Amino acid sequence: MAYSNKLLDHFKNPRNVGTLDKAKKNVGTGLVGAPECGDVMRLQIEVDDATGMIQDAKFKTFGCGSAIASSSLATEWLKGKTVDQALSIDNMDIVEELALPPVKIHCSVLAEDAIKAAIADYKEKNKVAAEANATA
Amino acid sequence: MGARKIYLDNNSTTPCDPRVVEAMVPYFYEHHGNAASRNHPFGWEAEEAVDYAREQVAKLINVDPKEIIFTSGATEGDNLALKGVYEMYSRKGNHIITPKTEHKAVLDTCKRLEKQGAEVTYLDVKPDGLIDLAELEAAIKPNTIMVSVMWANNETGVIQPMKEIGEICAKHGVLFFSDATQAVGKIKTHPKELGIHLMAFTAHKMYGPKGVGALYVSRKSPRVKVTAQMDGGGHERGMRSGTLNVPGIVGFGKAAEIALQEMEQDAERLSKLRDKLEKAMFNELEEVYVNGNVNHRMPHVTNISFKHVEGEGLMMTFNQEIALSSGSACTSASLEPSYVLVALGLGDDLAHSSLRFSLGRFTTEEDVNYAIEAVKKGVNHMRDLSPIWEMYKEGVDLTKIEWAEH
Repeated sequence: MAYSNKLLDHFKNPRNVGTLDKAKKNVGTGLVGAPECGDVMRLQIEVDDATGMIQDAKFKTFGCGSAIASSSLATEWLKGKTVDQALSIDNMDIVEELALPPVKIHCSVLAEDAIKAAIADYKEKNKVAAEANATA
Repeated sequence: MGARKIYLDNNSTTPCDPRVVEAMVPYFYEHHGNAASRNHPFGWEAEEAVDYAREQVAKLINVDPKEIIFTSGATEGDNLALKGVYEMYSRKGNHIITPKTEHKAVLDTCKRLEKQGAEVTYLDVKPDGLIDLAELEAAIKPNTIMVSVMWANNETGVIQPMKEIGEICAKHGVLFFSDATQAVGKIKTHPKELGIHLMAFTAHKMYGPKGVGALYVSRKSPRVKVTAQMDGGGHERGMRSGTLNVPGIVGFGKAAEIALQEMEQDAERLSKLRDKLEKAMFNELEEVYVNGNVNHRMPHVTNISFKHVEGEGLMMTFNQEIALSSGSACTSASLEPSYVLVALGLGDDLAHSSLRFSLGRFTTEEDVNYAIEAVKKGVNHMRDLSPIWEMYKEGVDLTKIEWAEH
C-alpha cells in the first residue's frame, strides 16, 4: 500500500508530540482507543481563557502510521481555533488531506473522537470550575 | 538512503537461487515440450526433465519418487491432502484433528469440509506454541481418519514434535498429514521415518520458483490414496490432472538438490545471525518478548513483540529499506491481530506489537547489523510517540484503565 507524501511526512516528522499538564484547568485531555485494538490516541488542548482560542495542542499515539499521521494533523488544525470551531473538524477532512486508504478510515474517526473527547474534558472541567466559583 | 534494501521476510517467500533460474531457462523455449506428449522428442525431453526433478525432490525428503505428486504449491497440496483423504476414507470416518495455529490453507479447508459433514477438532496449543500430545491422543476417536499438524509454524518458526505425533497416529491407526512448507529444504524432513503419510510443501520457500509444489503420498505401509480434486487428463497417476509446469518442476528439483547440499551450513550460519539479532534486541531495548518455544524452532526465524509499540507503525519507520512481517493486522478489515499469536495466549496488545524476522540463504551479517540499528531506532521513535509507553513508564497499571474499545 502506497501512502501519500503528506501522510509519510506527518508520520516521520510528527508535529506537536508531547504532554500537557492535565491538572491545569484550561487543559482538556482525550484518550481514545484501546491497546487490544492496536490504536490508542491521547490528544490534549490548552485553551487561552481570555480569548477562548486553542493556544496549544499535543498528542501521543500508539498505532499504525495512519493513526499517528491523523493525530499529528489534528493537532496542527486545532491550534488557533476556538473550541467551538474545533468541534467542526470532521474525520473526512483528515481522510482527504492525508489521502487515507479505505482500510485506514478508522484512524481518522479515532482522531475526530480524540478531538471531541479533549473538548468535552475541557468543557466539563470548566463547567465544574465555574459552578465552584459561583457557590464560593 | 533508499539504495539499501534488506529482505528479512523469507518465510513469505524466498528469492530464487540463480542456480535454479539457470536450470529452468532451457525449459521455456528450447525444451518446451509437454511432459505428457509421448510421441515425439519434445515430449520425451520434458518427461525426462520432470522425472529427474522428481528424483531430486524425493531424495531431499528421502522417499520414493513415485510418492511425489507435483502441485501448484503448498495450498493446493493442503487442499488435495485434506479433501482427498476425507473423500477417499469417508467410509472409515469423518473426524479430523488439527491445531489452531495451522496455516489458513489447512484451517479454511477444514472449515469447508465441516460444511460437507466433517467433524473437526481444533486443538489448542501451549503458550510456547507446541501442541499437547496428551490432548491430541485424547481427541482421537473411532471415527478419526486424519491428524493434520504443520511441521514448522510460519509465524513463529516453532517445530512440532513430529516423531511423537507420528507414534500416536500409528498407535491409533489414523493418517498423519503435515503441511511442511516452512521446514522442507531448511531442516531435515524425512516423513517416512516419523510416520507421516502425507506431506505438502512448495518450491518458493526453498529458493525455487513460485507456482510449483509437491504432495508426498505414502505408497507403502500404508498405501494411502487421495481422491483427485482436479479432473482432466489424469496426470500424476490420476491424483492431479493438469499439464505439468515443466520449467517450474525443473527449478524445484534443482532447489531441492541445492538444499540437500547446503541446508546444514545455511542453518548453522543463520541461527547465529538470528541469535545475534535477538540478543541485540534484548540487550538494548526494554520490554522485548520472543514468541514461541525458543528450543524447538526453525534456525532462521524469530518472532518478537516490542511492548507498547504497534507493529505496523514500527515497520513503517524502516520499510523503505527493510522488509519483514508483523503480527499486527492493522491493514486487514477485521483489525484482528495474528490468530497464531493469540492462540499462544498472547494478549492482543502484544500480538499487535510483534515483528517476524525470517532470514535466508542470501542474508548477510551486514544486513542483520543494519536491521538491528534500524529496528532499535524505530522502537525508540515509536515509544517516544506512544501514550501507553509513557503511562507504563509512570507506573500506571494499564489493565485498570477503562479503554473505549472501538
